[in-house]
Amino acid sequence: MELVLFDAFNGLIQGTFYALMALGLSLIISLNSVINFAHGGFMVIGAYLAFTLAPYIGFWGALFAGPILAGLLGILVERVLVRRLYGRADPIYSLLLTFGLALIIENSVRSIWGAQGQPFRIPAGLDSPVSSVYFFLTGYRVFVMAAIALAAASLFAFLRFSRFGLRIRAGILDLETVSALGVNVYLLRAVNFAIGIALAGFAGVLAAGVLQLSPTMGNDVIMATFVAIVVGGIGSLLGSVLGGLIIGLAAGVTAAYYPVASDVVIYVIMAFVLIVRPRGLLGQEGLFE
Amino acid sequence: MTGRLARSLILWVLLLLVPFWLPMVGGYTALASRILVYALCAMGLNLLLGFTGMMSFGQAAYFGLGGYGAGLVLVHLSGSSWLAVLAGTVLGGAAAFLLGPVVMRRRGIYFAMITVAVGQIFFFVAERWDSLTGGEDGLTGFSRQPLHFGGYVLPLSDVPFYYFVLFFFALAAGVMALVLRSPLGHSFVAIRENRRRAAFLGIHVERYVWAAFAFAGLIGGLAGALNALQNNFVSPENLYWVESGNFVIIAVLGGMRSFWGPLIGSIIFIGIQDYVSSLFPNNWESLIGVLFIIVVLFFPNGILGIIRRRAGLA
Repeated sequence: MELVLFDAFNGLIQGTFYALMALGLSLIISLNSVINFAHGGFMVIGAYLAFTLAPYIGFWGALFAGPILAGLLGILVERVLVRRLYGRADPIYSLLLTFGLALIIENSVRSIWGAQGQPFRIPAGLDSPVSSVYFFLTGYRVFVMAAIALAAASLFAFLRFSRFGLRIRAGILDLETVSALGVNVYLLRAVNFAIGIALAGFAGVLAAGVLQLSPTMGNDVIMATFVAIVVGGIGSLLGSVLGGLIIGLAAGVTAAYYPVASDVVIYVIMAFVLIVRPRGLLGQEGLFE
Repeated sequence: MTGRLARSLILWVLLLLVPFWLPMVGGYTALASRILVYALCAMGLNLLLGFTGMMSFGQAAYFGLGGYGAGLVLVHLSGSSWLAVLAGTVLGGAAAFLLGPVVMRRRGIYFAMITVAVGQIFFFVAERWDSLTGGEDGLTGFSRQPLHFGGYVLPLSDVPFYYFVLFFFALAAGVMALVLRSPLGHSFVAIRENRRRAAFLGIHVERYVWAAFAFAGLIGGLAGALNALQNNFVSPENLYWVESGNFVIIAVLGGMRSFWGPLIGSIIFIGIQDYVSSLFPNNWESLIGVLFIIVVLFFPNGILGIIRRRAGLA
């Protein structure tokens, strides 16, 4: 039983990462109409930036500096590249452009930091188990889940209560009208893209303490993130959180009973959802068809 | 019309004479075989992508299945290269045919996602089923076998193998061209141009998407089988979604609205990959990424699209 709990908890941790990644990706899909294949790459960048900065500014400084720097890089990418795709109806171009971006990021990370995995030190207070029975419940893992929950909650509060957040939500519904009302939609989209990327960077820093740092750590996460979004419903922020948690948990539980299938089960779930309920759990009908 | 005939005549003569002229310009025959294999797979994909307007992101699944089909036949069953190619083709086609009903109802980004999902399922099965597929290390222990014509034995070294590939390339290209000129092919284009109108005109849209999907899988399986024979090796990477992305970029790069676009795309893509990876062994992936971005930003209609527009203006 403890082993099942162990795997399920591992899955849940994975799921919270997927949820955070999916949240950022969803935001970008909804307002920027771009399917960002490079999202996993930005996660890796956030992780490596934190890894490099941590010796100088400490873990806590890096936890914030990594995502912020990743977000700034996101603004640059949006202004230079992604912006040019806004007029194009066919989603294939955004897929291909960000696919190329993902290749560049992975390759650059490998040339800058090396192909070998790097260990990432977490604060000493956080790495001991909080319970003697449930040894897998280390302080850091509890911290990760709390941090992700806090980040997601802040994002929802920001979108709900701040003026800028309201404009983002309005822009998702009808960008043309928002623009006609005098809102600078270029700025809106650029900042929105940066928020999405910063969330990926945040996930990266947190993941660095659980997984090992490696240039390819984003590759498997990005596919799982897509799965989370499709399962939760494309265009639904809450749905992507739900989707992430569900597939993470499903992979964890499968690992306990039938480990060989733990990678494949999320794709089976996604195929099943697409057949039975194509819009996903909380998605709107007919979006992005 | 005569111009068109002359152009395709030139194309086929050039393809037939590759082993004679390619080494003179610094290439090698095995590179041409690989270009044809990738072109073939991307042409199959293009039936969906360019002609039916369905964004498939899972073509590598059928490419990889074709490879495993061919490899497994050579390892376990028979020493016939013909049979290996046939098995790979049938496996790729059968898988796409059976999965067609699962994917055919979806559109746009959902179609892309479900084709990716299905491809990833095959990838993880191939990676985990060690005893059959060799797992992460890939399938080895086979090599392409000489062809027997009556009493005459033809070993498939580089140049004969190029003609072996060219034979299947020509066969498949001929069949695809025939299909695209038939009412079936016109229905594909009608679905691309206006799906709802096509449905009003009595075209069973989903059934035709199914047909295009199965056909693309069949061609993908053939290309994958040839690829397995080319490398004497099948890797699970052949099934991975990154490989699917390569086929999409090959089609877009050459021009996905034109029949020969993927061939042009493959010449450029595989050519650059080969050239750049020898020049910059550590950074060639970045350069491929830059190529993707340049294509999307500056050549969204592909090379043939530009040439056509120029020709139309002149």
